[in-house]
Amino acid sequence: MEFFFISMLNGLSYGLLLFMLSSGLTLIFSMMGVLNFAHASFYMIGAYIGYTLNSVLGFWVALLVAPFLVGILGATFERLCLRRVHKFGHVPELLVTFGLSYIVLEVVQLVWGRTAVEFAPPPALQGPAFTLVQNSLNGLSLVWGAAAPELCSAADAAVRVVCSPFPATRGFMMLVALMMMVGLWLLLKRTRVGLVIQAALTHPEAVEALGHNVPRVFMMVFGVGTGLAGLAGVIGGSTFVTEPAMAATVGSVIFVVVVVGGMGSLAGAFLASVLIGVVQTFAVAFDSSLVSLMQGWGWQLSSALQNNSVLKLTLSQVAPILPYLFLVLILIFRPKGLLGTRET
Amino acid sequence: MKFARNLIATAVLVTAGVSAFAQAGETVKIGWIDPLSGLMGPVGSNQIKSFQFFAEKFNATNPAKVKFEMVPFDNKLSPAESLNALKAAMDQGVRYIVQGNGSSVAGALIEAVNKHNERNPGKEILFLNYAAVDPDFTNSKCSYWHFRFDADTSMKMEALTTFMAEQKDVKKVYLLNQNYSHGHQVAKFAKENLGRKRPDIQIVGEDLHPLAQVRDFAPYIAKIKASGADTVITGNWGSDLALLVKAANEGGYNGKFYTYYTSVTGTPTALGKGGEGRVYQIGYAHYNMGGQNDKWAAEFNAKFKDDFYTNAVVHVFNALGQSMAKAKSTDPVKVAAVLEGLKFNSFNGEVEMRKTDHQLQQPLYLAVWQKADKKYPYSPENTGMTLAPVKTFEAYVASTPTSCQMKRPG
Repeated sequence: MEFFFISMLNGLSYGLLLFMLSSGLTLIFSMMGVLNFAHASFYMIGAYIGYTLNSVLGFWVALLVAPFLVGILGATFERLCLRRVHKFGHVPELLVTFGLSYIVLEVVQLVWGRTAVEFAPPPALQGPAFTLVQNSLNGLSLVWGAAAPELCSAADAAVRVVCSPFPATRGFMMLVALMMMVGLWLLLKRTRVGLVIQAALTHPEAVEALGHNVPRVFMMVFGVGTGLAGLAGVIGGSTFVTEPAMAATVGSVIFVVVVVGGMGSLAGAFLASVLIGVVQTFAVAFDSSLVSLMQGWGWQLSSALQNNSVLKLTLSQVAPILPYLFLVLILIFRPKGLLGTRET
Repeated sequence: MKFARNLIATAVLVTAGVSAFAQAGETVKIGWIDPLSGLMGPVGSNQIKSFQFFAEKFNATNPAKVKFEMVPFDNKLSPAESLNALKAAMDQGVRYIVQGNGSSVAGALIEAVNKHNERNPGKEILFLNYAAVDPDFTNSKCSYWHFRFDADTSMKMEALTTFMAEQKDVKKVYLLNQNYSHGHQVAKFAKENLGRKRPDIQIVGEDLHPLAQVRDFAPYIAKIKASGADTVITGNWGSDLALLVKAANEGGYNGKFYTYYTSVTGTPTALGKGGEGRVYQIGYAHYNMGGQNDKWAAEFNAKFKDDFYTNAVVHVFNALGQSMAKAKSTDPVKVAAVLEGLKFNSFNGEVEMRKTDHQLQQPLYLAVWQKADKKYPYSPENTGMTLAPVKTFEAYVASTPTSCQMKRPG
């Protein structure tokens, strides 16, 4: 049971990190029709700027300042590059962001080196947020912080006790993602700025005619979207590994999230990222293969068939393919995505 | 007239010198093909520093009086990139290559070297393998041009399981390995050996994960805990071991780890004080070998602020220096003929490059992660901890048979 909870929490926390990234991506896409290939690069810049600020000003300052700096970088890129290319259509826009992702990768390697840097979370976030104690007599209980050693060991050998601490960094990651989600929702639905953004999304000419500066709205949205990626970078970089390949590892997955969730749909991005996070985490846990499945159905398999290397593949081995399988299936059967509204 | 006489005298002297020590003063370029970028980059950069450090040391002392020069290539841990690096190395006149990280890479290099040597007589290349431990390289795929200075998985697992068989608290074992030839071999030999020595031990789970790709091992740790395993056997190295151990600490896993590469960059820090007495390493060396090795390790640490753990580097330079002196040449063909079967003294006593399969025969040490003390003082990555040997397997005990049918040239 505690295995289920811990795996669920692991999956949720990873899914929420993906959401922090994909929310910005989907926002930019729905506003500007730009598929920002460099989005994950802003995530990486966030992690590296966070790492540098962390060593000078401490983690909490880095957490606030790094996303802001990344947002400014993003807005500058929009103002100086993307806006000029905009008039040539979507393909040049796509290519510009594609090129940017390579430039960022090389620059990061030049500045911070080709290997991972040591970006440790602050002392307050080291150690567990809470501990699940599974006692075969008393059932499952929850202890905040680290559980005392005597709780985790039974005097009686017949009683099995398992303690599963849940790292505070992951708890913090979930908290920030949820706060960000609520903040974003309030901003879009409950403020005047949100109204203008929503209007600019569907009727840019009308909004412009009413005296709003639509290009500036675009720039702000791009800045906020990349800033959110930067925020995810600071948290993801300190929880996992800060290295030049970190953009590439999440880059392809967040596109899956955006497509599966529905282009331009925040709720869809949330659903899809949590789904993918949980599925990827749980897939690792299952050793069932086609062979075991068929044997479960009571089929008699020859030994050659049992040792067939394709049939023998377990779910945990194919786990990395699953998101992309999703992507293909969604594009075939529901091209607008799970919660998308427009056909793309 | 006087000038001419001097000239002749010098010429005679020089020829005499040449016939005695034809190779003396020559520069031997050694191509190093291993990762300097990516998750395994820190491991590679530690090892190239080790090679450069010892090239300098052995330039002063090697009996052949040759000058070793390292030519590093970053292969990004990819077999395809490594073959490009091999070509580039050949173009630069490199006749000796060293590689260690990834049996996947080593396998590709062995094949490429075999082909090259067959097609280009007179330009042969020797592959000195310092860490790739897939047993196939000295068995079914053995090659005359390949020499291994590490101990292969059949040897390490034999020693490791002999020790585990004596540990009564080992009851349920989980095998977690990297999904490529090395990881497959570790899992295979672990199952075979444990089945033979301790049939009562249950293998409660087995997993293969992609090499140098996983950033988050938490799902694997949750799975290991759910399986009820009290012991994990892993051949993981570099980031794959460091992040695994980090996830185990965060996930509250208290079982024991039997590893190959606890000493490799990153893992000591990830272990910290938490892993005391729970983590074992089987290898042909450990931090506190004593004698000259400790002095070198201290000097290395002072110079690079890094730990010296790839002791096979010392083997490589010892073996090259001696076989070049014996062969009176730096020609790889002549050196290979002397190197196979060569016995030499190295940091872990007298070792032998077995002629039948080119696997170095050497002692193995089982070491445990514990607090550094007076007896075992060396503390990696400022952890205050060390690897202390608990059991030594002499070379004749550690040795395993080979099925190699060596094809020798000519």
